[in-house]
Amino acid sequence: MHMNRREFLQLLAVAAASGMALDSKSALAGGKVPSNFYDVPRHGNVSLLHFTDCHAQLLPIWFREPNVNLGVGSALGKAPHLVGQNLLKHYGIKPGSAEAHAFTYLDFTEAAKVYGKVGGFAHLKTLVDKLRAQRPGALLLDGGDTWQGSATSLWTDAQDMVDACIALGVDIMTPHWESTFGADRVVEIVNKDFKKAGVEFVAQNIVTNDFGDQVFKPYVMKEMNGVKVAVIGQAFPYTPIANPRYMVPDWSFGIRDDSMQKWVDEARAKGAQVVVVLSHNGMDVDLKMASRVTGVDAIFGGHTHDGVPQPVKVKNAKGITLVTNAGSNGKFLGVMDFEVKGKRVESFKYRLLPVFSNLLPADPAMDAYIKKVRAPYEKKLNEKLAVSDDFLYRRGNFNGTWDQLLVDALMDVKGADAAFSPGFRWGTTLLPGEDITMERLMDQTAITYPQTTLTSMSGETIKTIMEDVCDNLFNADPYYQQGGDMVRVGGIEYTVSPNQTIGKRISNMTIKGKPVDAKKTYKVAGWAPVGEGVAGEPIWEVVATYLRDKKVIKGLKLNEPKIMGVGKSNPGIADYDGGLS
Amino acid sequence: MNALRRNVLKGAAGAGTVAVAVAAGLLKPTQALAGVPRSAFEAKNVGDALKNMGANAPADSKDISIKAPDIAENGAVVPVEVTSGIAGTTAIAILAEKNATPLVADFSLSGGAEGYVSTRIKMGQTSLVRAVVTAGGKSYTAAKEVKVTIGGCGG
Repeated sequence: MHMNRREFLQLLAVAAASGMALDSKSALAGGKVPSNFYDVPRHGNVSLLHFTDCHAQLLPIWFREPNVNLGVGSALGKAPHLVGQNLLKHYGIKPGSAEAHAFTYLDFTEAAKVYGKVGGFAHLKTLVDKLRAQRPGALLLDGGDTWQGSATSLWTDAQDMVDACIALGVDIMTPHWESTFGADRVVEIVNKDFKKAGVEFVAQNIVTNDFGDQVFKPYVMKEMNGVKVAVIGQAFPYTPIANPRYMVPDWSFGIRDDSMQKWVDEARAKGAQVVVVLSHNGMDVDLKMASRVTGVDAIFGGHTHDGVPQPVKVKNAKGITLVTNAGSNGKFLGVMDFEVKGKRVESFKYRLLPVFSNLLPADPAMDAYIKKVRAPYEKKLNEKLAVSDDFLYRRGNFNGTWDQLLVDALMDVKGADAAFSPGFRWGTTLLPGEDITMERLMDQTAITYPQTTLTSMSGETIKTIMEDVCDNLFNADPYYQQGGDMVRVGGIEYTVSPNQTIGKRISNMTIKGKPVDAKKTYKVAGWAPVGEGVAGEPIWEVVATYLRDKKVIKGLKLNEPKIMGVGKSNPGIADYDGGLS
Repeated sequence: MNALRRNVLKGAAGAGTVAVAVAAGLLKPTQALAGVPRSAFEAKNVGDALKNMGANAPADSKDISIKAPDIAENGAVVPVEVTSGIAGTTAIAILAEKNATPLVADFSLSGGAEGYVSTRIKMGQTSLVRAVVTAGGKSYTAAKEVKVTIGGCGG
């Protein structure tokens, strides 16, 4: 085999990243990482960089991927419903390597200490600039869930993230949680900050309630190296259902794949040689949409926080659409290179690059900006509430230790029999022995409707709620899925059968060892009400009170349901302690 | 576009605008229809509603398309559009099968009007939304599920 020096160095980088020939752990730990780890050779003439669901994490953080991400129906055993070793095998990633750490939960705590934190806008900026230098005209796409998820974004009314994204060089964005700052605030940012900076905000599926008029541009056309590229926006279709309706009272969302087809056809008719969708559908919805809508070269997806190393190729009536999903929390940057000849894409190369903060020097200007924007809040952010001996994470279909802590706190402080916490997929990870600061608590709770509630509910109502949410997760038709995880349940043990239908998935509900009585009334605590006018202490205050009192968190007992009917060798679940059949 | 449609509404004349007028709440369905007995609207189940409106066993048809959200954003106002490609369509009825009184609307079309209606319906729970089309004295039907969910908990 003949290769030049540059190719040899590239091979070394790949080898280190995949652990093929080098001991990547020691290579990284010893600081001997090849300097070209992030040298991704350019392919073709059209490049799109994509990040999504960073959830306002400006600084490097830990983020553990799930060990439970079940696929139902035709999604069983396919990307993105692969966890741990199954994911590594599917994509040929070497266990123990840096990429294995980025894409899976395996040996998380140990590997985290070797490879360091991920993400951070100053580090992301360095990577974006490096890739852009090799790719003249490359577009940076922001898939949304960018303005929400941290204390500082909440306290600055999203301004910290808006300015950070402008400085990062975002070209085009589509929203989801952005809408929870209210329709007026979104429009203000789009019409003032973004307009001034030349950032486009696209959403073909947001229309007015009255006449169905477009609220934002459905798509934009850009020219890159002489090639016309259309980018169509697809906001999260169920924003007014999963989040408070009253925050976007005049807007209607939905999937609207008929109008998606219309915009694709229009863009093609206007000469677009490449048509892509910047989507916040969630990966299962994107996969179905790709099979129904024709003429789309690639869907750059988010929402479900799936770090998918390579695109899924979906066949439809007129060709193939690539579907990607670029993870969350600033952990990854997707790099799509297209070779376009004439009117079509001839070939592509895709990488989902993990953003290892230690391997990417902080961009000085972005670093200074972040320091400045945080300065007024540092004291509040750094308040130490408790120390955790336990490993705290959120992601997973049914529960995470962070959520267990939230429901434990809710039940304790509110004197409730049971507690519900929404199945959010954002929220950073905390290693054993680290302090729980106010900032880390806000990572799990920073929303604009944080009220806590205490409600009397019959056993029947409790079951109805659990069935309803479970159907949003496991409905066999992706168009009926909302992309969150199962509601986290404190105090009630249960069995779940994901492959059943609504009303038949939840069984064997017990509370303190006794069967839940359909007619009996229970006191149930919760937070994040989607209805208007609900009063209640913010969740972070409730949990902070609990943490200050406890001082040390240890021995959390994770309440996970017994899962039935998915099979013990299901590739979407591993290392599960709740019982599996 | 907006201004044009708003002007059309003000003028509200001609068969094509009836559906829009109903959608905007200017007309109640009972004012727009002709000939369906009150008993059909009062029927407590789909079978009785169909019987009372004289459409006992409508045939399934692929020429009827129903446009409605997969998941309702607000169960109190669910937008539903029905298009009938069946020649000689003279009536389009809409039923929300699990509503206490399933028959929601029945539109009579005349003078060669396009087989298209658009309205908003109220739904208490997840249910099939059924369209029943009358053409040439026969009945045809199609249905689509619309989910009404509690909400919250998304991603």
